[in-house]
Amino acid sequence: MGVEGIGARVVRKEDKRFITGKGRYVDDIKLMGMTHAYFIRSPHAHAKVKGIDSSAALKMPGVVAVLTGKQLVDDKVGNLICGWAITSKDGSPMKMGAWPAMAPETVRFVGQAVAVVIAESKNLARDAAEAVVVDYEELPAVADMHAAIKAGAPQLHPEAPGNQVYDWVIGDESATDAAFAKAANVVKLDVTNNRLAPNAMEPRAAIADYDAAEEHFTLYTTSQNPHVARLVLSAFYNIAPEHKLRVIAPDVGGGFGSKIFIYPEEMVALWASKKVERPVKWTGDRTEAFLTDAHGRDHITHAEMAFDTNNKIIGLKVKTYANFGAYMSLFSSSVPTYLYATLLSGQYNIPAIHAEVIGVYTNTTPVDAYRGAGRPEASYLIERLMETAARQLNVDPAELRRTNFITQFPHQTPVIMAYDTGDFNASLDAAMKAIDYAGFAARKAQAKSQGKLRGIGVSCYIEACGIAPSKAVGSLGAGVGLWESAEVRVNPVGTIEILTGSHSHGQGHETTFCQLVADRLGIPISQVSIVHGDTDKVQFGMGTYGSRSAAVGLTAILKAMEKMESKAKKIAAHALEASEADIVIENGEFKVTGTDKAIALPMVALAAYTAHNLPDGMEPGLKESAFYDPTNFTFPAGAYICELEVDPGTGKTSFINFVAADDFGRLINPMIVEGQVHGGLVQGIGQALLEHAIYDANGQPVTASFMDYAMPRADDVPSFNLSHTTTLCPGNPLGIKGCGEAGAIGASAAVINAITDAIGKNNLEMPATPDRVWRTIHAA
Amino acid sequence: MSTVKLTVNGKAVAVDVEDRTLLVQLLRDHLNLTGTHVGCDTSQCGACVVHMDGRAVKSCTMLAGQADGASITTIEGIAKGDELHPMQAAFRDNHGLQCGFCTPGMIMSAIDIVHRHGGQLDEATVRHELEGNICRCTGYHNIVKAVLDAAGRMKVAQAAE
Repeated sequence: MGVEGIGARVVRKEDKRFITGKGRYVDDIKLMGMTHAYFIRSPHAHAKVKGIDSSAALKMPGVVAVLTGKQLVDDKVGNLICGWAITSKDGSPMKMGAWPAMAPETVRFVGQAVAVVIAESKNLARDAAEAVVVDYEELPAVADMHAAIKAGAPQLHPEAPGNQVYDWVIGDESATDAAFAKAANVVKLDVTNNRLAPNAMEPRAAIADYDAAEEHFTLYTTSQNPHVARLVLSAFYNIAPEHKLRVIAPDVGGGFGSKIFIYPEEMVALWASKKVERPVKWTGDRTEAFLTDAHGRDHITHAEMAFDTNNKIIGLKVKTYANFGAYMSLFSSSVPTYLYATLLSGQYNIPAIHAEVIGVYTNTTPVDAYRGAGRPEASYLIERLMETAARQLNVDPAELRRTNFITQFPHQTPVIMAYDTGDFNASLDAAMKAIDYAGFAARKAQAKSQGKLRGIGVSCYIEACGIAPSKAVGSLGAGVGLWESAEVRVNPVGTIEILTGSHSHGQGHETTFCQLVADRLGIPISQVSIVHGDTDKVQFGMGTYGSRSAAVGLTAILKAMEKMESKAKKIAAHALEASEADIVIENGEFKVTGTDKAIALPMVALAAYTAHNLPDGMEPGLKESAFYDPTNFTFPAGAYICELEVDPGTGKTSFINFVAADDFGRLINPMIVEGQVHGGLVQGIGQALLEHAIYDANGQPVTASFMDYAMPRADDVPSFNLSHTTTLCPGNPLGIKGCGEAGAIGASAAVINAITDAIGKNNLEMPATPDRVWRTIHAA
Repeated sequence: MSTVKLTVNGKAVAVDVEDRTLLVQLLRDHLNLTGTHVGCDTSQCGACVVHMDGRAVKSCTMLAGQADGASITTIEGIAKGDELHPMQAAFRDNHGLQCGFCTPGMIMSAIDIVHRHGGQLDEATVRHELEGNICRCTGYHNIVKAVLDAAGRMKVAQAAE
């Protein structure tokens, strides 16, 4: 490891612009002649749009246009799509309700846009929006999943009778039934996985700029995957063919999944820009984010786990209802199916699993992938079940896990996934040592003497990351391949540009990706630039989500580097009159091994571009690209242990210690990895203690600002004690597993297991607010 | 419309704005100082924090007119040329930022916290004082470390002056 190579704690290159206020986010961009959009959104959860009268608004100062959903349909702009086809157990395809970008006839959730005002400033657009009269005929609405599937419930879409999206199954039902028939013990648990609002700190924004002469659009947008945005906008929404649409995702202020999807606002901005023949900017406010950014989680699950007399798990049955909101968002269908149920084996040998997932429409904001996406729901369920089982079987929760850990790899689970490697005992050992698990009983007794209820909670998570082999996801219904691309451009003076299809919105790619180059060539990272987030610069890419940028994106860069190095070695060998096989790269030089003969990288690069003295038949230039398609998912795993105290008088929870022992395979930059874990942990803790996106029975959102939705703040959470154990991922040459989602996947169960341990009652829903904990303590 | 006269990052400016213009809009839209961000519109998240006459204020929650005659410092105005403010350097060195969107407000709040508490900062105080700044990326762990680190650096810098 060099000072800036793989494994070094390199301070981030991108930080200077952020700490000096020079970051360039979408809302920071101004174009000549730019207009501003303000959306008129439904105040009703379910209603007919009888008419829209914009005559008064059109007379107001600065108003350029008022555009409606009907005009959008007249212009044949396509409906929003869901890109992963799921088939129900009866063989029928999932039931897709049509989702136009602005509703021409029916609104199905509060916040759905019906029209947009385009004006000279945002304030003028907002003023005019007040003057647009929308005539709604209210319809009965349903926000609760169980209510939505009852006979006689209000129906959202004619295409989906009973509000059912799909009824999907996985696993072997008869083998699972047989296991339960011979079980010595069965543990049952009902859990709700609370709905969350992702809340990246930068609200979504879009600027669309239509060039009538070239018939060309440019879209600046807050996207985690600008190429996918361009593909979808071109292929499905009739906005423009791909070569006439440039999508730029500049600095993006956090995503957590919510900026993967293609939303109505950027579609409307593009369409409106052509209509008004001027650039159109839309920047969401926080309430719009709560109303329209895809929410996360929202499951209701009943599960049963069967054990034999040796406390070995012999079977698992799961039935989950997943709330999709009013429409199927871009990747929503895959989240409670292939990203959730395929992880239900957890870290354990479970010979038989059967799971059924029923997707439900409700009059709420659409739900899609949010940090972890299905895997937090699976991990929470399994780890709550293990804790419940330990209590019911009267064994130590850590021991029960050890009894059932998978220890042989590769391991084929009954739910598709083939775990490639791992050492679950090692991470549990590390976490137990870090928290002094053995000394807990004494600490609990000490706390009790002071009137506090102390609890400890274990969570051993596993996730499938680095999505994913294109062939595999294609066979499961994905509409895209999930490889990544990269290009290495060595400039004539030897500086390097790496073009990547990954997108950094906080992950630090501009540093970590350079570290790979520094590691291979021995040059300082200051000589390397990372280019991303612009479809005119990078040819194609699948973007950043699912903890895939290092495992897949960086591997693509490695493949392109290998090609570039191979050509550079030929040039060096030719210049040094040596054999190519004898050339080694060290400290930015190509050396003939065992001699003092060397040629520096800039001279090799210059030779490539002057082309005065290249090997016979070699093309000039030094630029290579690669597309890398992984061979398997990666399987990060770890053990989290939370120790906390509950004040029985108030129900308030106080953290004592939180330890995390993760196995992410090889770490490129441990400082950045730790930062990813910290952030994930707090999102998991936020779900466990604070966060809940709530609707009333009529579908009115109750939590649509930071005054109502409890975001974790600095004094709500502890500092963390992190450690790493390592098994290298065999699926990619760098041995990387990915670290972006682990914290959010593993933390919630550790917290709830600790609180329920402290209070001695097992049933406690998230978020475990002081009120809810107090009521649980004092419930009969 | 009114003319608001104020000093921003040491420069006197006079800006004609609608009376309803917020201070953050004056900074971002009229002066192109886009380092100050809007994250919530309800005075909760602190992405818009700037200094007015040396005290941290949330610029999304005050009218530009209320800053008439005041001296405003934004994230763009705290470094001395190429020399970062110790708080900026501490955020970078402690990996106290990821996406960077909350960072300007965090840094401006944190400087104010250090000024008000002098050398008396501990983790609990920093966490309590940061209650008005929301970060979704870092889990606060490294932000707290950065503020404590910077408090030490600022004391050293002050002693040297």
